[in-house]
Amino acid sequence: MSVKRFMPDASKLKEEILEKYPTKVAKKRGKGIVINDPEQPKEIQANIRSIPGIITQRGCCYAGCKGVVLGPTRDIINIVHGPIGCSYYAWLTRRNQTRPETLEDENFITYCFSTDMQEDHVVFGGEKKLAKAVDEAYELFHPKAIAIHSTCPVGLIGDDIHAVAKKATAKFGDCNVFAFSCEGYKGVSQSAGHHIANNGLFKHVIGRDNTEREGKYKINLLGEYNIGGDSFELERLFEECGITLVSTYSGNSTYNDFENSHMVDLNLVMCHRSINYVAEMMEDKYGVPWIKVNFIGAESTAKSLRKIAEYFEDADMIQKVNEVCERELSKVKVSLEEAKPKTDGRLAMLFVGGSRAHHYQELFKELGMKTVAAGYEFAHRDDYEGREVIPSIKIDADSKNIEELKVAQDPELYKKRLTEEDVAEMKEKGIEFADYKGMMPDMDHQTFVIDDITHYETHKLIEAYNPDVFCAGIKEKYVIQKMGVPLKQLHSYDYGGPYAGFEGAVNFYKDISRMVSSRAWKLVKAPWQKEKETTPEITATYVA
Amino acid sequence: MLLRHTTKEIKEREGLTINPAKTCQPIGAMYAALGIHGCLPHSHGSQGCCSYHRSMLTRHFKEPVMAATSSFTEGASVFGGQANLLQAINNIFTIYDPELIAVHSTCLSETIGDDLKQIVTKAKDDGKVPEGKEVTYASTPSFVGSHVTGYANMVAGMTQQFAEKSETQLDRTNIVAGWMEPSDIREIKRLAKELAAEILLYPDVTDVLDTPQTGKHDMYPKGGVTVEQMKTLGDSKSTISLGNFTAEAAAIALEKKCGVGFVSEDIPVGISATDRFLMALSKAAGVEIPQSITDERGRLVDMITDMQQYFHGKKVAVFGDPDWIVPLCEFLVELDMKPVHVLSGTPGKRLDKRLHELLDMDVPDANIKNGASADLFLLHQWIKNEPVDLLIGNTHGKFIARDEDIPFIRFGFPIIDRVGHSYFPNVGYSGAMRIVEKLLMAIMDRQDRDAPEERFELVM
Repeated sequence: MSVKRFMPDASKLKEEILEKYPTKVAKKRGKGIVINDPEQPKEIQANIRSIPGIITQRGCCYAGCKGVVLGPTRDIINIVHGPIGCSYYAWLTRRNQTRPETLEDENFITYCFSTDMQEDHVVFGGEKKLAKAVDEAYELFHPKAIAIHSTCPVGLIGDDIHAVAKKATAKFGDCNVFAFSCEGYKGVSQSAGHHIANNGLFKHVIGRDNTEREGKYKINLLGEYNIGGDSFELERLFEECGITLVSTYSGNSTYNDFENSHMVDLNLVMCHRSINYVAEMMEDKYGVPWIKVNFIGAESTAKSLRKIAEYFEDADMIQKVNEVCERELSKVKVSLEEAKPKTDGRLAMLFVGGSRAHHYQELFKELGMKTVAAGYEFAHRDDYEGREVIPSIKIDADSKNIEELKVAQDPELYKKRLTEEDVAEMKEKGIEFADYKGMMPDMDHQTFVIDDITHYETHKLIEAYNPDVFCAGIKEKYVIQKMGVPLKQLHSYDYGGPYAGFEGAVNFYKDISRMVSSRAWKLVKAPWQKEKETTPEITATYVA
Repeated sequence: MLLRHTTKEIKEREGLTINPAKTCQPIGAMYAALGIHGCLPHSHGSQGCCSYHRSMLTRHFKEPVMAATSSFTEGASVFGGQANLLQAINNIFTIYDPELIAVHSTCLSETIGDDLKQIVTKAKDDGKVPEGKEVTYASTPSFVGSHVTGYANMVAGMTQQFAEKSETQLDRTNIVAGWMEPSDIREIKRLAKELAAEILLYPDVTDVLDTPQTGKHDMYPKGGVTVEQMKTLGDSKSTISLGNFTAEAAAIALEKKCGVGFVSEDIPVGISATDRFLMALSKAAGVEIPQSITDERGRLVDMITDMQQYFHGKKVAVFGDPDWIVPLCEFLVELDMKPVHVLSGTPGKRLDKRLHELLDMDVPDANIKNGASADLFLLHQWIKNEPVDLLIGNTHGKFIARDEDIPFIRFGFPIIDRVGHSYFPNVGYSGAMRIVEKLLMAIMDRQDRDAPEERFELVM
């Protein structure tokens, strides 16, 4: 069943949206709203300040650092230095699943650590309190690593969290304490926090363990956070295909795996936005090449696995991957055939994250659904237009404040994995290194691409298109659903998942076909309301 | 084990809070503001604050929670947030057209010393506030008090700014609602109606955070007290505040400004607190408590006398917010239960005093603690040292409950893994019946689960 839909005139709709805004706001928002041309991606304004009062989806730098990147690692104690809220809200709310290997293994994921800063500390300084908190964490738990995260007031009062960390590391001897100056006000969104987290991990953790681990073909999976068990599904596939996963940044990860992660043969990048810095720095310092992969969507998963096998040029692996893909795709096909009659021809919108709004379009494509509008919450231009625009991105004051690490080749550990000929040969096979083409080339003509969408714009889009599914986060969930449109949370998966890999695709098909066909939506109007709507004359007579 | 590193041995901590039993002020301010009709709460700080607070409230209510932010950047943090707030006020009125913007501060804007009063005055002077619209504000630094304090400060702030006294005295009683669910407020209003007492209750989140599915999103749902109504607060005969920690501050502010006397009551949880509330309302409004209410009470007491054997002597661990755990503990004692561990992250000597008054006689060895270092890590350690039959608290308690295999009743804020709290009240006699039912379900399900086959009962 294919549903024919009325499509509004995108240019007119854009004009109509901007009309409501004060002139300056309209000018600024106009640059963040682009009507897509996949052949020639237009410049989109991204990674710039949200306008105060606009009702943005965005969070803060701290959320990107502690919440996104550092949070999922189970054996690092993350102490949040600041008032209680920041640590409280980032406590288990992102669904980063983790599975310690034994009952005795460290797992601090379920714990929330804070210095619970009080007025006295704001006035007289909080360093002593922080140092005490670090000591207490060490005495109570003897962890391998403690990470300190600063919140807004800490930066303003000038607590030197890095000095506290350094001192504690020296004092403990067997515990690495390091700090992140990820105050909420830095940058313009979570994105600054990702960068700060990447820098900190690179400075303080990566490269501390140079042992060669077992395994013929070793990789890291970067930018995969094991929400709803995504990493578990990918671990299953890697293992079966003979690919040795050293570490994931940072779903189901451990500190020791990070320390050794520079010893791999290849880095795979899932969420480009949150982790490309580590990928680049590992390449510069250790010579580890990286490729962009996407394990969202059954076809994308198969393609990504095949790409890895092609890279290693191992006949056994290529065969194994093909077997796995064939087996899994045939299972997936059964589910897709069940789902598709309900989903085919329907419309989707995705406004989330820094990669998900792109990746998940694959799954919708498989379901026969059209993405009519999409955008990111905290991405940069390269995530939309592709990495070739990076040199032309203007560095503004907000970005300048985020440190760019200068990384040189490691004199002992740098190992070039590929010659220029290898690279050229790989390119022939469709493997491009250090490249990401972004969202826009994969979207249709005349679709909307909107960065940092506002509530007002969301409302207008829904009115104009009446989509069948909207993808965003918890703040948007019930707003959109009140409008009669089912919303799929793509941060938390509505407490379902996994959605990655083959099993994930099956779960997603089931969830979306359920959502677009649920009987509940048909109950919204009471029978007497429906009666009134269909027979207005009678009602009128009554009133008269 | 989920909390595998929690030890039985308790060590004094001064620096580190682990698994807090509180969160920060601004979320309370945001919640309180939603109880005013046509209000858009505004967070004057970094974007993360607003995002986190909206997310948590949304998870708890499963409802839209709209709010805006000043989106501080590093520049604003250095030069002050005035420009951001002025711009926000202008944008909000132009694009989202609320009746009222309720601004609350954050740790960031407080640390840099932004003066909300001055900025809001400037916004008005600059013509950024359209005719007939309002901007109110409250200072809610995250490094003081807790979410509970933030609620109290916002309600008190709005009272201070809006309440007026005119020539006409109204035959009406103000009820300042402490931090309650929409369901609870609905029940309070129903009770007042049963008593035929004329009341003005605020803030009122009914029909704001429990709205029907209509296929249409109202940015400002029909519920909430209007600013116009709040302006008449000074004309009421008297005020009853429900909640020492979340409502009393507003009653004091109103008395100071307009001379309206008040009585401070607990949130009516359980029999005695409901009795006190009804008597206070009856007295304030000059109305009798009708037989229908006495019958409600009777049904509750009947239920308790019928099932008393299941409560007697059961040890309970309770954590949560002061205004809820005080009357709850009182009720548990009335049920012959033993609250052996009682904890709140919210600071305040008054809570400690109230809890000791309630428990010292019946549970002399109870562990009672609130404020700094009263966290769920400590509560868990207490439980390891003295096991309990029941755990009552917000969703975060589920990890302790699972590890220690204790029946768990969700109660308080936030409840982010179950529904019902916003629809079914815990206050009044009918709310108490719901609590009794929940207690019995938890206790009896456990008995059924653990009973040896020969003692598995058909009739209980």
